[in-house]
Amino acid sequence: MNKRNHSIAFWAAVVVFLVAVLSMTQIVRNEYPFFAGYVILQFIALAVAWSILGGYAGYVNFGTNAFFGVGVYTAVALFKATGAPLAVQIAAAAVVGMTLGFGVGLLTLRMRGIFFSIATIALAIIIETFVMNWRFVGGAAGIQIQRPPVMAPFDSYVKMLFFVQAILVVIAIAIARYIQNSRIGRGLQALRDDELAAECTGVPTLKLKLIACMISGALISAAGAPAAMYLQYADPSSAFNLSYSVSALAMALIGGTAHWIGPVLGAILLGSTQQLLAVTISSEVNVLVLGIMLVLFVVGAPKGIIGLLRPRYRLRAGGKQ
Amino acid sequence: MDLLLGAVVLGVLLGCFYAAVSVGLSVAFGLLDVPHVAHPAFLVLASYGVFQLNESYDIDPLLAGLAITPLFFVFGLLAYRVYYETFERRGSDAAVRGIAFFFGIAFIIEVLIILQFGVDQRSVSATYIGKSWRFGEFRIPIRQLVAFAVALALTVLLAVYLSKTFMGRAIRAVAQDEEALRLMGANPVRIKQFAFGIATAVLGIAGALLIIVAPVEPTLDRAYIGRTFCVVVMAGLGSISGTLIAAIILGVAESIVLTLFGASWAPAISFAMLLGVLAVRPQGLLGR
Repeated sequence: MNKRNHSIAFWAAVVVFLVAVLSMTQIVRNEYPFFAGYVILQFIALAVAWSILGGYAGYVNFGTNAFFGVGVYTAVALFKATGAPLAVQIAAAAVVGMTLGFGVGLLTLRMRGIFFSIATIALAIIIETFVMNWRFVGGAAGIQIQRPPVMAPFDSYVKMLFFVQAILVVIAIAIARYIQNSRIGRGLQALRDDELAAECTGVPTLKLKLIACMISGALISAAGAPAAMYLQYADPSSAFNLSYSVSALAMALIGGTAHWIGPVLGAILLGSTQQLLAVTISSEVNVLVLGIMLVLFVVGAPKGIIGLLRPRYRLRAGGKQ
Repeated sequence: MDLLLGAVVLGVLLGCFYAAVSVGLSVAFGLLDVPHVAHPAFLVLASYGVFQLNESYDIDPLLAGLAITPLFFVFGLLAYRVYYETFERRGSDAAVRGIAFFFGIAFIIEVLIILQFGVDQRSVSATYIGKSWRFGEFRIPIRQLVAFAVALALTVLLAVYLSKTFMGRAIRAVAQDEEALRLMGANPVRIKQFAFGIATAVLGIAGALLIIVAPVEPTLDRAYIGRTFCVVVMAGLGSISGTLIAAIILGVAESIVLTLFGASWAPAISFAMLLGVLAVRPQGLLGR
C-alpha cells in the first residue's frame, strides 16, 4: 500500500513538473533561462543515466562522453542524410547507444571494474578518432546545423528543446526508479557489494551488468542527441569532451547513488553552480570546483548528499521509494 | 621500404620512452593494485616542474628531472597514505571510489597546470634538442636518442631493483601475498607505501623525458592514459620486462600507422590495442 502511494505521488510530481515546464515555455519570453536550463536538465539526465551502471552496479563509466558524442553524431548523421525529425533522431541515438553499451559491456564487464573504466575511456577516444576522419559529418572541423522550423505550441526552438530535454529527464528518472525497485536493481546492488557472493547465490551478474550498461548507454546517447540542434553546430572535440564524463560521474557521486534522487540533486546543485561560475569567473575554475568537490565527497561523504541528509542510507543501500 | 624501416627504428626508440613513462604505473597498478588513473597527470605535472626549473635556472632537463625525483617520492608516499586511509582500509566499494578519487585528482592537477602555465604548449631547451643524426635518407632526432637511452636505463634499473634488492623483493612479495607478509611480521602497508613512492619518483625522470621528446600541454595526460594503461595491461600486470616489450610493440605500431595513414589516426592506436588486449588476452603477454 505504501509503495503504491509512493508511485502515485511520483507520477503526480512528474505531471506537475512537465506541466510547469510547458507553461514556463509559454509564459516566459526571455530565451536565456531556457538556454541555461537546458544544460542543467541535460546534466540531470546524464547523471541519472550514469548512476544506473555506476551507482547501482558500481562499475565506473568514464565514457559518458563516448555515449554522449555517439548520440550527437547519430542525430547529426541522420538529420543530414534524411532530415529526420527530432524524435526520430533521439530514438535512433538511444538504439545506437544501447548497441554500443552491449558491445563494450560484453567486451569488458567480465573483468574487474577498473578494466571496464579504462576501456570506456578507450572507447571515447577511438570513436572520436573515427568521427574526426568521417567527412560526411564534417570531420575534425565540425558541421553547421540548420534548425528546421519550430513546431507549435512553441515559439522558439530553444524552448522546444528545453521541453524535450525535460521529457528525457523524466524518462531517465522513471527508468532509474523502476530499476531501483525491481529485481534488476536488487541484483545490481548485490553484485556491487560482493560480486562473487552474488554469483554464488544465483544472481545472473553478467546479464544484469549488461542490461544496466545498455540502458545507461541508451539514456546517455538520447540525452546527447538534441545537443547538435541546441548549439546549431557539432564538432568531435566538444561532442566527445571528457568534461561530460567528469560532470556526470561527479554529479552522481556527489548527490549519492543509493537512490535516484541523489544524481538529480547533485546535477541541480553542481549544474547551477557551473552555469554561475562559467558566466562569472571562467570555465577552468568551473572544472576545478567540480574536481575538488568530487574528491572531497568521495573521501569524506561516500554516500553523497543524500547520505548526509538521511543517515539511514548509510545503513541500507537501497531506498523503498 | 626504407620509409617503413625508418618507422620501425623510430618506433623502437619511441617504445622505450613509453616504457619509461609506464613502469611507474606497472608498479602502482600492476603490483600494488591501485587504480591509479592519475598517473599520466602526475607525469605531466613532473614535465611542468622540469619546464619551470629549465626556464628559471637554465638547468638541463634531465638534471631537473633528477632534482624533482625526491619531491615526487614524498608526493607518492602522501598520495598512497591518503588512498590507503580513505579507501583500502575501509574495504567495501573501495575500488569504485578509488577510481573516482584518482580521476578527480587528475582533473584538479590538469586545471591547476592550466591556471598556472596557461593552455599553450611548453618546451625545454638543451644542447641536444633540435639537432639530428642523418643516415642516408632518414634522420633521427638526437632528443629521441637521449630519451631512448635514459628510458632504457631507467626501466632496466627498476627491473634490477625489483628483482635483486631486499626492498624490491619485498615489494613483489606484497603483491603476491599480503597476508603471508603480515604473518612474517612485516608491515605490508609500509612496503606498499614505499613502492608507491618509488613508482611516483620514477615520474620525475619520465616527466623530463616527456618534455624532451616533444612540447607538453596541460591536457596531454589524456592521451597518456591510453598509452600507459595499454602498455601495463599488455605487459601482464606488474611485469617490468613485459612492460618494455609491450611498450616497444606500441611504439612501433604507432610509428607505422603515423607513417602510413597520417597523424589523425595515431591517437586511437594505443586505445584500440588496449581494447584488443582486454578482449583477447586480458592477462597480458607475460601474464600468469
